[in-house]
Amino acid sequence: MGKTLAEKLLSAKSGAGARAGDIVISKVDFAFVQDTTGPLTLRQFREGGFPKPSSPKTCAIFMDHAAPSPNREQANDHLFLRKFAEETGCQLFEVGQGVCHQIVAEQFACPGDVIIGADSHTVTGGALGAFATGMGSSDVAIAMALGKNWFRVPETFSINVTGRFPKAVGVKDLILYLIGKIGADGANYKALEFTGPAVDRMTVSQRLTIANMAVEAGAKVGLFPSDEVTRAYLEAQGRGAKYQLLQPDTDAAYEKVIEINVDRLVPMVAKPHTVDNTATAAELKGTRIQQVFIGTCTNGRLEDLAMAARILKGKQKHHGVRLLIAPASHAVLEAALRAGYIRTLIRAGAIILPAGCAACLGVHQGVLGDGEACLSTANRNFKGRMGNPDSFIYLASPATAAASALTGEITDPREVL
Amino acid sequence: MARTILKGKVHKFGDDISTDLIIPGRYARLRSNPPELAKHVLEDADPNFVNKVKPGDFVVGGSNFGQGSSREHAPLVIKMSGVSAILAKSVARIFFRNAINQGVPVLICDTGKINDGDELEIDLLAGTIKDLTNGAVLTSGKMPQVMVNILNEGGLIPYIKKHGDLKL
Ligand code: SF4
Repeated sequence: MGKTLAEKLLSAKSGAGARAGDIVISKVDFAFVQDTTGPLTLRQFREGGFPKPSSPKTCAIFMDHAAPSPNREQANDHLFLRKFAEETGCQLFEVGQGVCHQIVAEQFACPGDVIIGADSHTVTGGALGAFATGMGSSDVAIAMALGKNWFRVPETFSINVTGRFPKAVGVKDLILYLIGKIGADGANYKALEFTGPAVDRMTVSQRLTIANMAVEAGAKVGLFPSDEVTRAYLEAQGRGAKYQLLQPDTDAAYEKVIEINVDRLVPMVAKPHTVDNTATAAELKGTRIQQVFIGTCTNGRLEDLAMAARILKGKQKHHGVRLLIAPASHAVLEAALRAGYIRTLIRAGAIILPAGCAACLGVHQGVLGDGEACLSTANRNFKGRMGNPDSFIYLASPATAAASALTGEITDPREVL
Repeated sequence: MARTILKGKVHKFGDDISTDLIIPGRYARLRSNPPELAKHVLEDADPNFVNKVKPGDFVVGGSNFGQGSSREHAPLVIKMSGVSAILAKSVARIFFRNAINQGVPVLICDTGKINDGDELEIDLLAGTIKDLTNGAVLTSGKMPQVMVNILNEGGLIPYIKKHGDLKL
């Protein structure tokens, strides 16, 4: 019997013949924290009595969630993190360099790696064929200390994607559709493995969006096979030597096979307050919004800003909407500047926020007022997520977000493109 | 494990209790100050919870309890409120590990039979839950041995301090 991607990855790193349901101890190739989970992780690390990580160069600290710091307490957390990095030789990514998951994709993740991060969207790295998953502070602390951790090998849902995306419809609509179909815990503890002709045609940026949201269906990982698209991306990032071909076996055993044809897919929206509460953008026509947020580890990449710029070019955002844009990384910001997208967006009335998590998690840069609604390209719309339990978050693609910024209400982007 | 028989009162919550409801991101500035952070435990799900909860009580959820972020502060503040175990129909993966790593027992069982305010008696070794108020008897699913071992030492960091390494 052949193996799924998850079984292959964990077999290689554990030295055991890992099968779904097994518990294995696997090598961890890269471990990281961010600035809201980092302080607890590093205190646990110290409490465990460890002087230094077993391999400091494969441990990283990212200042992205509350950056630049909105208050004294978190500024002091930043000081603590900087000091730890200085003392131990861990890699440090400063305020303004971007969201941890984007930088991990740009600089670290490669096919075959096992990556754990003290952040649930660590699953993003699955786009590059890495077994990347989020864990809590204690687990990341011991992975930093010992270079390993225990894993339950997940059963896998095979998601086979065929067809071609219609105009103004994309991967965000696909993943929202999938989560709406299987539910917010529909893949709890499972691996999602994405294959099929439509997946073969996806860019790495698009794969990152899908892998990022695997956790919103409860999944432990969202895995993509590696291919020539992966190789080209790694080469462009100066990491071509790290490429390896990684494919599931044709006779691998799957718990479930889900077929999705995207030929007739339409723009999707997740309504408050759960990600599986989906509707089509057209069904929500007329829903007023006061803020549009384009960014995050889900949709803050160059292709996303390009789509927003395309829709907003030469136009003005609606006067009743605050249009916030946060590039996912400094590299994205620079590329968007060069391509002219930033100028286009500013002229359309956008506010450009620093590269980082920005308004996503409700600590700064775009907290909502009572009764306000935001259309966001992020991955989570839980009650209170953007800093106010009396506000409403809708999730959608960059195209839907940009179209809605023009009209002040939820708008199907096919109406403006 | 300090105690294997637990007794206390139920604080019942619904499905999909997210880590944002357990400890909202807007309190991120308090994360290095756990006693202050703990004053806001489950605030957005039940603003009165923190005043009602007594040492030894149980948090009982529906399905997908603890969905969302990886913040280990979520089980940490539940533990700090005095809660001795969490029961739910299903628990999000990261939260499950985090709770065990913090030394908080998690029991997966049919919580539909348990009502708010009920008195429970839990035998952790046998995995049985008796609802002393309505007479229901439930059994919980088995945890992997590695998690039992971690829980027995009071959490992952105490486990590592004692054993110096992680073994299956
Ligand atoms: S952008 Fe949002 S979802 Fe992504 S890591 Fe930051 S806070 Fe989390």
